[in-house]
Amino acid sequence: MIMSRTYSMPFVNAEAAPFFRAARNGQLLVKHCLACDTPHHYPRSICPFCGSDRTEWRESTGRGEVYSFTPARRGVAEPFVLAYVTLDEGVTMLTNIEAEDPDSVHIGQRVRVVFRPVENDLSIPVFVAA
Amino acid sequence: MSIRDKACIVGAYEHPLRKAPDHSVAQLHAEVALGALQDAGLSLRDVDGYFCAGDAPGLGPMSMIDYLGLSVRHMDSTDVGGSSYLVHVAHAAEAIASGKCNIALITLAGRPRSEGSSGMQTRVFGAAAPDLPFEFPYGGGTLNMYAMCAARHMYEFGTTSEQLAWVKVAASHHAQHNPHAMLRDVVTVDDVLSSPMMSDPLHRMDCCVVTDGGGAILVTRPEIAASLRRPIVRVRGAGEALKGLGGGRIDLTYTAARFSGPAAFEEAGVTPADIDYASIYDSFTITVLMQLEDLGFCKKGEGGRFVADGNLISGVGRLPFNTDGGGLCNNHPANRGGITKVIEAVRQLRGEAHPAVQVKDCRLALVQGIGGSLATRHASGTLILERE
Repeated sequence: MIMSRTYSMPFVNAEAAPFFRAARNGQLLVKHCLACDTPHHYPRSICPFCGSDRTEWRESTGRGEVYSFTPARRGVAEPFVLAYVTLDEGVTMLTNIEAEDPDSVHIGQRVRVVFRPVENDLSIPVFVAA
Repeated sequence: MSIRDKACIVGAYEHPLRKAPDHSVAQLHAEVALGALQDAGLSLRDVDGYFCAGDAPGLGPMSMIDYLGLSVRHMDSTDVGGSSYLVHVAHAAEAIASGKCNIALITLAGRPRSEGSSGMQTRVFGAAAPDLPFEFPYGGGTLNMYAMCAARHMYEFGTTSEQLAWVKVAASHHAQHNPHAMLRDVVTVDDVLSSPMMSDPLHRMDCCVVTDGGGAILVTRPEIAASLRRPIVRVRGAGEALKGLGGGRIDLTYTAARFSGPAAFEEAGVTPADIDYASIYDSFTITVLMQLEDLGFCKKGEGGRFVADGNLISGVGRLPFNTDGGGLCNNHPANRGGITKVIEAVRQLRGEAHPAVQVKDCRLALVQGIGGSLATRHASGTLILERE
């Protein structure tokens, strides 16, 4: 059984909300700049590479690989695996890996997105082994 | 304009307490301020510039200037976490060089040990932080974010837990001589490896202490420094730099010391090979290893080999570091280690470190700090200090 824990995300704001509403609908979105043709994360309305406001949401394949990770084992209510995952689109995002055995997670591992509910009818992306 | 030789550190004081349940935060700031003034032979009336960061109570400079009854004409509350106080020394030197103040007081104090705050908690720097919604749900704290840097360093460069452990071993060799250090026992590589795993690959002994207390620094112009009785420590060069999330181009293998270090070396006109002693921010063992690489003491990826075999132990290795025992063993007040790094460098340059760890003829010291989350959202401050 995959360990899932209770997630909380009480800090939604107007600029960030579309990401979490899409997650509720099973979509992982990445912000893409039309001016410099570059994706970025975390998503902003202004591109951090060129300053253009011509950014749009694009759906990610939801696949990528583990860039780094650490199983948090002590001092936490529920053990979890914190990770950076590099999406195939090229951006790296902070996330959790849900795994039955934390020791099975490794750098370079292929993973795919799944979605977990949080407050306010929103969801967040986390990853599992592909 | 360069700040080279425009300012000197004339007062330095580290609070002797490591647990202060009966002190207020403002009181600790005040006590370290008075300690540094006494060290310099100055009084509160002489201070005309005040510097503090996010650990200061209330509205920072407004609260502490009022509490202390200071009359200042320059203030700065730049807050870049644990590296703030290195940046404050540089900013104080700039303010002094441009005539904005003559005697600048920098304070740090806090009580995380009494208040139960540590690097285990999820970090929230204000609900409006733009990255917060995309990180908070995942439980990133100080410890596990640094652990991911260590994991990636091991993956890319073959760095080992044994090599990281040598950083702690060296700090413990120094701490045994510091009567105020929180942890004074000398430890071995095996001790570090057999301490509990906190967040892979970091063990408990890879982590710094959580302490109450604080420290203060006084910076002034060379003419005033010459009129005081204490040995003079000049600010020879400084650098500050930020590194963020890079729009999602995360690289956990290097820090902003890659930028602040060369800036400081260039201003000072020296190279890593010229440094007699180094205070290197040691929130975790991996923090030290990555900064040493980024400062050019060794090549990227060779930090593990550089720190191994006691190379950081005073009197034994090539680069004596953190001779007070550092954050790993001595003190990490307010969960911010920057000011104690400056203070021990001042002790070394004055020849006032413990005789067992004093570097012979210590003329040039480097002070390096990281504030924030290593390799992602953090600021780096580098100072190069010289004994006159």
